[in-house]
Amino acid sequence: MKRIISFILLAIVALGITLSLLNIPFGMPKTKVGEHYIKKGIQETGATNIVTSVVLNYRGFDTLGEVTVLFVSAIGLSAVLATREKKIAEKIESASLVLYTGCRFLFPLILFFGAYIFIHGHLTPGGGFQGGAIIASAFLLMYLGCRERRISEKRTKIAESLSGLVFIVVGLIGLAVGGYYFLSNFLPKGTPFSLLSAGIIPIIYIAIGFKVGSELAFIIDRLMRESE
Amino acid sequence: MSFLNNYIYYIGAFGLIFIGLYIILVKRNLIKVIIGLSILDTGINLFLISIGYISKGTAPIFEKVEAKLAPMVDPVPQALVLTAIVIGVAVLALALSLAIRLYHHYGTLNLRKIREQRW
Repeated sequence: MKRIISFILLAIVALGITLSLLNIPFGMPKTKVGEHYIKKGIQETGATNIVTSVVLNYRGFDTLGEVTVLFVSAIGLSAVLATREKKIAEKIESASLVLYTGCRFLFPLILFFGAYIFIHGHLTPGGGFQGGAIIASAFLLMYLGCRERRISEKRTKIAESLSGLVFIVVGLIGLAVGGYYFLSNFLPKGTPFSLLSAGIIPIIYIAIGFKVGSELAFIIDRLMRESE
Repeated sequence: MSFLNNYIYYIGAFGLIFIGLYIILVKRNLIKVIIGLSILDTGINLFLISIGYISKGTAPIFEKVEAKLAPMVDPVPQALVLTAIVIGVAVLALALSLAIRLYHHYGTLNLRKIREQRW
């Protein structure tokens, strides 16, 4: 019965969406603002990755909200899971030597790759969120391969708070010095296509990379601890 | 055929969205509902990206200083999807933690049984 009702509901929704979709052409430019970003983006922000310039310059305030959502969800996750009584941790069987050594060999390389991704966010595909996710995946590898190792909760909190602070302070300096809006650029834009360009964008993306990496590592830590 | 060529991304995106909605409406296991939520999220992301697509467009990233301007796809939906993916991860983590708590409290993930139990 429930299945039939849900099928009818889905059919109604599908009909409505299809009727409205038939009027949206595929492959046509639809927004004026996108063209403006592509034509003027390099001059106005200095970043050659237009998506980055949209995320961090034109709509930097949205990104602050996005980072806040991730932060709140990490807090909520630890609050939801923390009220359980802690069991006495029994001895964990350690991994084999090959797995252990392989993980320890790969760990700094993955960290390095993540750092590369978020430092070059204004030039190449990638950015703070992607680089942070890669860094968190390095910690996940350590958790799966070398199971007796734990990340320090204090250090993740310090990294997360400091990087969040850097984001907000840079934005407020931009508000005070550079112009009349939050996160406006106050550093020289430099020459495009070089690493030291695009003003505050690399600084913000490095901060976001650290923040996202430490938050996701914290989430992984909580979930792994729960699974034991 | 041209219809299929033109609308294949929309069809795929809405296929994913409807699979996700169906799972959310019908399935009783909480983990499956969360998986459905994740599929729905993916479908919506794909839909936003395909709305921003421009025929024969490339990624909105410049490579050389004065390259001939090939048409580039709209960067605004891509930036929105970048946001949406992160929010999706956050929602997924929170939902999974709630599922863990529910399992520890009720001893089951079956939503129908949980509804019967009342604390």
